[in-house]
Amino acid sequence: MKIVVCIKQVPDAKNVRIDPNTHTLVRQGVESIINPFDLFAVEAALRLKDRHGAHVTAITMGPPQAEEALRDVLSRGVDDAVLLSDRAFAGADTWATATALAAAVRKMGDVSLIFCGKQAIDGDTAQVGPELATILDIPYATFVKELNLDGPDHLKVVRRTDEGTEVWRLPLPALVTVLREVGDPRVPSLKHKMRAKKATLPVWGIQDVGLDQDRVGLSGSYTQVVKVFSPPRRADRVMLQGPVEDQVEQLYRYLKEAKVPGL
Amino acid sequence: MKALIDPQKCTVCGVCEDVCPVGAISVGETAATVSDECTLCGMCVDTCEFGAISLPQVGTGPKDDLSAYRGVWVFAEWRRGTIHRVSYELLSAARKLADKKGVPCAAVLLGSDLDAAAPSLLEYGADTVYVIDHPNLADFTDEAYANSLVALVREKRPEILLAGATTMGRSFIPRVAALLQTGLTADCTDLDISEEGLLLQTRPAFGGNVMATIVCPNSRPQMATVRPRVMRPEKDARNGRIEKVTLPEEVFQTRVEVLQVIPEEDVTAKLSEAEVIISGGRGLQKAENFHLVEELAQLLKGAVGASRSAVEEGWAPPSHQVGQTGQTVAPTLYMAVGISGAIQHIVGMQGSKVIVAVNKDPEAPIFDVASCGVVADLFEFVPAFIQRLKREG
Ligand SMILES: Cc1cc2nc3c(=O)[nH]c(=O)nc-3n(C[C@H](O)[C@H](O)[C@H](O)COP(=O)(O)OP(=O)(O)OC[C@H]3O[C@@H](n4cnc5c(N)ncnc54)[C@H](O)[C@@H]3O)c2cc1C
Ligand SMILES: Nc1ncnc2c1ncn2[C@@H]1O[C@H](COP(=O)(O)O)[C@@H](O)[C@H]1O
Repeated sequence: MKIVVCIKQVPDAKNVRIDPNTHTLVRQGVESIINPFDLFAVEAALRLKDRHGAHVTAITMGPPQAEEALRDVLSRGVDDAVLLSDRAFAGADTWATATALAAAVRKMGDVSLIFCGKQAIDGDTAQVGPELATILDIPYATFVKELNLDGPDHLKVVRRTDEGTEVWRLPLPALVTVLREVGDPRVPSLKHKMRAKKATLPVWGIQDVGLDQDRVGLSGSYTQVVKVFSPPRRADRVMLQGPVEDQVEQLYRYLKEAKVPGL
Repeated sequence: MKALIDPQKCTVCGVCEDVCPVGAISVGETAATVSDECTLCGMCVDTCEFGAISLPQVGTGPKDDLSAYRGVWVFAEWRRGTIHRVSYELLSAARKLADKKGVPCAAVLLGSDLDAAAPSLLEYGADTVYVIDHPNLADFTDEAYANSLVALVREKRPEILLAGATTMGRSFIPRVAALLQTGLTADCTDLDISEEGLLLQTRPAFGGNVMATIVCPNSRPQMATVRPRVMRPEKDARNGRIEKVTLPEEVFQTRVEVLQVIPEEDVTAKLSEAEVIISGGRGLQKAENFHLVEELAQLLKGAVGASRSAVEEGWAPPSHQVGQTGQTVAPTLYMAVGISGAIQHIVGMQGSKVIVAVNKDPEAPIFDVASCGVVADLFEFVPAFIQRLKREG
């Protein structure tokens, strides 16, 4: 069984902050991490591989340095990895990202299962997974917290909704987006680390996946950012001082005034 | 493609260089230059006081006649008999957008046995409520919901389509957008109409550290999911009508089998729905003490949240975790008890209306986002506060 895991390199949340004095954005150092939900996606894929046997390929669309992220997951036991990288991909919205990933998955051929994270922590859209499945015309399930194969060509998942949980059965090929409940990421092993270090990673550009310039990146996007700004800072903070009894009384009144429900 | 710098306007002040998260900007002698590292994230654009930076335009030109699309639509979220509150919130927002554009406003209700549910949508400003009633829509599946909504959109051509950023909306609306081949903006917190008549969709990015305004210039409908509880539901009945829609049977088919739907009885677990969340962190010290948080939540009819540390200690199940790798919440009241306020926690709750932090360390970063800070030992403060709440009855 062929499994693909989609991972994304994102700026570490620590790097993107608002300077409390100047009220502008600041970055300290340029550090990237793997989107945490994608590490859960990798773990879910590897657990399936442990149980049933599978070939797990990681893919990322990003700048050349995203290779680092791929080597990281190779060191955790992913079998091989593909870097989708081309200047033409820059500025992609979720649609253009999904278009590029779909082309790459088609090129791989014969993929039974695709794992994505629930969402990427930079954009927080949670759209790429469902859009990718739709473009590939395969069924999908979002917010999955448990999964297993159900017979040779079906997947059974437990997904979390706003009201509780649901159990779904999907025919393969299918795509799932996962939550942290699928399992904590395993640490890199020595054996896999060595392999990861030496591995040569194929880099696919737009020609390799058969896409035209105007279907990818900013040119292939439907949405356009027109403005980026700092959120208004809350200027209304109160600090409650004094003995505990006073603080209790003040908080009680504060919540009443704020018309907090339940009070 | 990369960010564009107007050398005429650039004053080589260097602000953009500090702001770029990927280090793609360097300031030369006469103007800043952008390297190929640029990811077009747009962070530099707004920080340039001189308006010297802009982003190139999206390329996908209009596919068809955009003027053929008219009206503002809301997907009304039905959940086994009741309509989710976010649908009324969105309808009130949609009504205002529609009035601004001088176009009709409609709600689309999908589900099964909807006769009782549909009329309430008329009270919140809908000119028309389209009802798609089919037994296959009794259980939610992405395919049947998306395919039937898409069929109606193709027929009626609204220019704007909004849905709640709930688990349902965030699951199937991307499929709707992909099938219609149009743009979609997730989790918006503000909507407006631009001078040119485009939908201005504002949303937090980078965990709420930045806000971005996004448009969808060349394709229709312009689609957005909107975070629950940011818009206010307002009654505004206008002689609207209910229209039952019949669609070809095949749009209700799905490849997915729904085997079980297990509603969570326990209100303390329903974080995303809660108006009040009381969260506990490592400051509670041990499992037995977590009941302080639970009792407080019960008294305020709220849900229980937890920091990752508390989850790792096993004091609360993973589904209660708030933050980067847990849930993103924005209740009316978020109370953090014994939580330090690590950035990964803060990104999951800073959108809350009122934030109360109880921590004995006055330097704890949680106080940076709190609207009300209580510097106290939680073991003294929380029991006393519980007594106070009980006294009120
Ligand atoms: C990739 C990644 C993802 C992560 N995702 C998340 C996430 O989704 N959610 C999340 O929460 N964390 C997440 N974390 C972890 C995060 O960095 C913090 O470690 C965690 O939030 C800390 O939890 P805490 O505040 O409960 O514990 P601590 O940081 O240990 O804070 C405990 C606080 O309690 C206070 N305290 C102690 N005793 C008392 C007392 N008697 N009275 C009052 N106050 C007291 C202390 O002053 C302290 O501020 C993530 C980390 C990483 C690296
Ligand atoms: N550039 C990318 N390359 C590979 N996978 C991606 C990329 N962007 C998003 N994904 C996948 O889609 C998921 C959702 O991302 P998003 O829609 O951006 O929140 C992520 O968790 C990844 O699994």
